[in-house]
Amino acid sequence: MISRLFKFHGGIKPDSHKSESADFPIRPAPIPPQLVVPLRQNARAIAHCIVEPGERVLKGQRIGKAQGALGTAVHAPTSGTVVEITNRPMAHPSGLDTRCVVIEPDGEDRWIERHPIDPLDTDRAVTLAHLRDAGVVGMGGAAFPSHIKLGDGTGIETLILNGAECEPWITCDDRLMRERAAAILDGAVILCDLIGARRIVVGIEDNKPEAIAAMRAAAEPLEHAIQIVPVPTLYPAGGEKQLIKVLTGIEIAHGRLGSAYGVQCFNVGTGHAVHRAIRAGEPVVSRVVTLTGNVSNPGNFEALIGTPIETLLPLAGPKADTNRYLLGGPMMGFALPDLSVPLVKGTNCVIAASDALFPPPPPELPCIRCTSCARACPADLQPFELYWFSRSHNFGKAQEYHLFDCIECGCCTFVCPSHIPLVDYFRFAKSEIWARERDIQAASEARNRFEFRNFRQEREKAEKAARLAAKAAETKAKIAKEPDAPSADPENSPADAKKALIAAALERAKQQKAAIEPKNTANLSPETQAEIDEIEARRQEQRLPELESTPPGPDEGASEKQEPVR
Amino acid sequence: MTTFSPYIRKPTSVRQVMLTVLIALVPGIAVYAWQIGAGILVNLAIASLTAIAAEAVVLKLRGRPVLPAIGDLSAVLTAWLIALCFPTIAPWWITMIAVLIAIIVVKHLYGGLGQNPFNPAMVAYCSMIVAFPSLMSQWPPAGGLDFQTQLDLILGGARNIDAITGATALDALRTGLRSGETTVGSILQQSAFGALGGRGWEWLGLGYLVGGILLLSRRVITWHMPVAFLVTLATIATLFWLVNPAKFASPLFHLASGGAMLAAFFIVTDPVTGATTPRGKLIFAAGVALLAYLIRTFGAFPEGIAFAVLLMNLCVPIIDMKSQPAVFGHKGGRQP
Ligand code: SF4
Ligand code: SF4
Repeated sequence: MISRLFKFHGGIKPDSHKSESADFPIRPAPIPPQLVVPLRQNARAIAHCIVEPGERVLKGQRIGKAQGALGTAVHAPTSGTVVEITNRPMAHPSGLDTRCVVIEPDGEDRWIERHPIDPLDTDRAVTLAHLRDAGVVGMGGAAFPSHIKLGDGTGIETLILNGAECEPWITCDDRLMRERAAAILDGAVILCDLIGARRIVVGIEDNKPEAIAAMRAAAEPLEHAIQIVPVPTLYPAGGEKQLIKVLTGIEIAHGRLGSAYGVQCFNVGTGHAVHRAIRAGEPVVSRVVTLTGNVSNPGNFEALIGTPIETLLPLAGPKADTNRYLLGGPMMGFALPDLSVPLVKGTNCVIAASDALFPPPPPELPCIRCTSCARACPADLQPFELYWFSRSHNFGKAQEYHLFDCIECGCCTFVCPSHIPLVDYFRFAKSEIWARERDIQAASEARNRFEFRNFRQEREKAEKAARLAAKAAETKAKIAKEPDAPSADPENSPADAKKALIAAALERAKQQKAAIEPKNTANLSPETQAEIDEIEARRQEQRLPELESTPPGPDEGASEKQEPVR
Repeated sequence: MTTFSPYIRKPTSVRQVMLTVLIALVPGIAVYAWQIGAGILVNLAIASLTAIAAEAVVLKLRGRPVLPAIGDLSAVLTAWLIALCFPTIAPWWITMIAVLIAIIVVKHLYGGLGQNPFNPAMVAYCSMIVAFPSLMSQWPPAGGLDFQTQLDLILGGARNIDAITGATALDALRTGLRSGETTVGSILQQSAFGALGGRGWEWLGLGYLVGGILLLSRRVITWHMPVAFLVTLATIATLFWLVNPAKFASPLFHLASGGAMLAAFFIVTDPVTGATTPRGKLIFAAGVALLAYLIRTFGAFPEGIAFAVLLMNLCVPIIDMKSQPAVFGHKGGRQP
């Protein structure tokens, strides 16, 4: 039982703006004229397309097969016809394209045959595969596959259900908990059994009394050890690591997973999705999304995955002075570069923004070292130091001061009296470092290739020379012919000649290699070199685990790297 | 539009921070004007006007926008601190030179707001006490001069100083002790001393304390510096006093005299030139207190806080570097 709560360092209390959208029940969003379903479901996995243009599909029919270690399946959100498989812009700050299946709905919304399973009666591996094939991923924003998070079913003591929803404006989890508490908890119980946890702890910010009451009522009849814990409203209490800290006192270091500490955390929306997938056999084809901000009719809508954001917006009625739309909350979200992007499983909120509601930040002043940022930082960093280092491109130092422990929550920027966009600098520094690491990797690969080619050419040359020499020797032997000929002169034996030549060639290749090596780095200044070494050393030392080890592709920017704060 | 998250900001600004500090100084200033001499108000005005003018000219020369920078009020704060640590009856030009040094040399030659490694007010104080040691140590007896006399002295009428001015409590104490026979006890019998420290000055300390509490409650400063400063000063004073109460003044005397309270809440806490980490703040403020005590007691100047602050300013980079707090998840404790 949780008898006391813990505190994380820092945190901020922005105006919550929850009431705008929280007071209306979830409404279904209409089926749009066209659905654009991205095959890429998270930063590291893209589903293998198994439909053809022209093919008719049913609601819930698999259109993309799980592929790769972190892959999950992708489904048709409604019945209709596949019209196109093409590149479309994604919901991402860069607005880069990704492969999407474009479906024209037939309006019948006809389900494929659904297969519920009984997890108590099913082999664990089968259940996990079922979740994967139902496309169940983290609904909190990271879209990390749930079946992977369930691990091998051992070593987890506590399953934490994240209902904190600490970002201002967003209320989709709040509504979901108020309206579908039983389903959420049923999903949580299934997850709890699959992961082998002893107890379930649901963390909900105490500004959601209705959700807390609903969840408590739903937990009452259940036999599992479920505790609904109101946590103090303090952004970013919904950050996974922060919530775990508040509830259990455990601090999960950067790059480590909760499972190493005996805790695992799922979003309440994920609990709901698991319930649907197991009990109803329904894959994830829709989600609840908050439409709010500068709109006349804010609220939460259950919308099909793949619905273009622009077709959702009229439901909320954006006001005339709206000049941009934010995807996600105002603390960690981003302005949509393109409104045609589709709703994806991690999309929790669209905020219509106007300059009146979200005024542009006042001009930046120099840092006065007031340490407000450090006092607000939930990762216990010294943002102003990181700012100096990032600004002066001193990335080695920035890493030494734990740049990569920054969760990009934005608290530091929020409080800075000098209005310095600190997080922007950190995102910039991180992407620069990733880019450099990529460059270094590419360079060393190129060098390896180059060296190998040299070596091969030398070897071929040597072999050729050896063959010629052997031939010459043979001819000589033939000419010398007669009685004393076969006496094996060791120096002249063809095999030995070949060996010697190869050795010489190898030696040459080695020298060449030695000559090449400094050349590759000769044009780097000592600082840069030191920096590179440092980065390299840190990388070695940190052994960046699974999640962070692959530098992101060009279409996976900083915001996706981070576990979004809910 | 290329702005990134967060899209909301706390309604705060450098101007607001500085304004809060200025407001927090008001109780102290009120006590000062009432107990020691209203001339301080004239000094404050001279210092403020000089600071604003200097800031405007320098910014203009540096080709920077003038209005927003003056609007941040940081120059005015520097001016006020200078006026508050200078003698009430310091002639106008001394205050003016001091402010010019602080704003032009210490602040802007190092790059302007936020860039200066040394506390401008303290550099100004130190330069003036070195350049004009006698003028800088003439204080009126608390409440002993009427406003007109103060004004005459400030604005540069004839100075028949010795007749009307004395030294601060600290100064009197050190001169007394240096001259030989007397003990702390007998010196403190003199009328210049109140119940705790210099007469009237203990009230001033209270005024600054009130302002300091305001700063703490508005979270402009954290507790670390004032507490470390006052505790260290009290501790070391107690140690010496216990060893030889005849030669060393009591801790209460040290806390209540000179700029102890002003320093604790308004000077060591200068964000730009102080240490920044929680542990660093403790070390920094304790260092200032320690050095200040040593200079007060054994050094060549009666008030050592200014020099102590500058010495510790020098150490800030290394203090900060060595006192970085453990970050989330790396604090030891429960690890798998
Ligand atoms: S909050 Fe802003 S001004 Fe204050 S220390 Fe941090 S970066 Fe500097
Ligand atoms: S964005 Fe990074 S540095 Fe800033 S408060 Fe959040 S974790 Fe700290």
